[in-house]
Amino acid sequence: MKKVKADPKGVLTGAHYLDGDHALAEGALAAGCRFFAGYPITPSTETAERFAERIPKVGGVFIQMEDELASIAALIGAAWGGKKVMTVTSGPGFSLMMENIGLACMLETPLVIANVQRGGPSTGLPTLTGQQDMMQVKWGSHGDYEIIALSPDSPQECFDLCIEAFNLSEIYRVPSFVMTDECVGHMHEKVVIPPAEEIELVERKWYKGPKDKYLPFKPDEDMIPFMVKVGDGYHFHVTGLTHDERGYPVINAECQNVCVPHLVDKINMNADKIIKLEEDETDNAEIIVISYGITSRVTTRAVRKARKAGIKVGTIRLITVWPFPEKRIKELAKKIKAFVVPEINYGQVVYEVERCAFGQAPAIRVPHCGGWVHDPEDIFKAIKEASK
Amino acid sequence: MTEIRFSGFGGQGIIRCGLIAGKALSLFDNKQATMTQSFGPEARGSACSSQLVVSDDRVLYPYISAPEILVSMSQEAYDKYEPELREDGLLLIDKDLVKPKPPRGKIKSYSIPSTRFAEELGNRIIANLVMLGFFTAITRVVSPEAMKKALPGLVPERFLELNKKAFDKGYEYGKKILAEEKKPKTSKQKVKK
Repeated sequence: MKKVKADPKGVLTGAHYLDGDHALAEGALAAGCRFFAGYPITPSTETAERFAERIPKVGGVFIQMEDELASIAALIGAAWGGKKVMTVTSGPGFSLMMENIGLACMLETPLVIANVQRGGPSTGLPTLTGQQDMMQVKWGSHGDYEIIALSPDSPQECFDLCIEAFNLSEIYRVPSFVMTDECVGHMHEKVVIPPAEEIELVERKWYKGPKDKYLPFKPDEDMIPFMVKVGDGYHFHVTGLTHDERGYPVINAECQNVCVPHLVDKINMNADKIIKLEEDETDNAEIIVISYGITSRVTTRAVRKARKAGIKVGTIRLITVWPFPEKRIKELAKKIKAFVVPEINYGQVVYEVERCAFGQAPAIRVPHCGGWVHDPEDIFKAIKEASK
Repeated sequence: MTEIRFSGFGGQGIIRCGLIAGKALSLFDNKQATMTQSFGPEARGSACSSQLVVSDDRVLYPYISAPEILVSMSQEAYDKYEPELREDGLLLIDKDLVKPKPPRGKIKSYSIPSTRFAEELGNRIIANLVMLGFFTAITRVVSPEAMKKALPGLVPERFLELNKKAFDKGYEYGKKILAEEKKPKTSKQKVKK
């Protein structure tokens, strides 16, 4: 993995007052993103607008596509053309992207997608918040595959995690997602953008060998195949069909059982390296609240109140939601009374917690179908109930 | 922690008020300020608002629940948001555009003809800056220096000076009102002192 410093051209060093949507765009530009293709949708449009204004100034391209299907197709093309690429959307657009997200996974194409979540299903609540696409991001396209998804809790983290998403996407040749929401997306806060030399980026793993020996899907020692740029004179083939190391379709069970496990294993076997959690007082906790994104901030209020009431509460904030911190949850489940999982949906990640707890501790959901963040009081009540 | 709501009708620069004050507090006054805005289907002309939560520490809950400070620049916004203002809150209104109800609880009310002042300065579009100057003087939540530092980038560059002038106009008016308030009005008060 070759590390490089950010190109100062894309880095707006300084302290700014930005909303999460704009911070996403700045994070991407700092990470070296020079191609954006997307279709506007509330509440993510501000990101696209920022790209449209800023990316031409740093030598990049902004295209407003005809729809979200084409947006991802364009990203895949531009990524194979050598660019770092990104798009942004919300629920309905995310649904439309699913087919080509599968293609990107199958082609092991590095790209970043931000989903500024709003209440669903369907057109739902265009202008109001939700965290209802957390399972869709993992399971939304057909077939077996893995992705990486991060969840920022502030405009500052929209910036930071967007860079992280680009790095992870390059390291593992996989679509990476920044799963934010309307609340964080439209919330203005201070965002500090460091100098370019303090921003560490990962350079794509370029193939340097003889032109006739390049194999686009041959895993290297670290499981990740090398890439080349289209137009640099390499003859290779990519297809959404099950393929061999050359990228040629091989339609049989043998090839399928090499190709697909690779897509899953390259992420799962590196999960420990990818996963980032923020834990607080989990060591002696009876109750552990697991949350992510804006909900984790609201949770803190409830947790403080619960601690004042004498309840031993710990918290885990999932900065990385996928891959899921299976091991850590399993470990903690043996020692505690219960997990409490508030999220702005009717229950999604809570069932993943339940699965990882292997029956050792219950996972109690604190649902909220969107439109607003939780009332901290509801989370407090759930903690209190669980501690009884 | 302080919760503030700026309100008025769409097009008055109400969101801008939240942005300027939020930026001033966060970048130049060493506070943490989270700004959210109403994102409903409101079109120009209907009630519109921006909210600020100001704190020394990290803001956890991003929305306001019972603001201490309400700024209203239209009747509709005043009618909509006045009931949520705390009993001991501060109310700031545009004198010509809002007709307030009789005072409630210990709410302290201040008014300024911000739109009229802006028109006198040459453009009613800067009424929000007159109001922000007034807000800065009366509430003392944010420093006037920070507010002025926050302006570049948030108002068009060619109108920067005019915006500063508008801010000063409101600020001075607010200062004057506060000074008058301090002055003893009756002999009774003199005795008290």
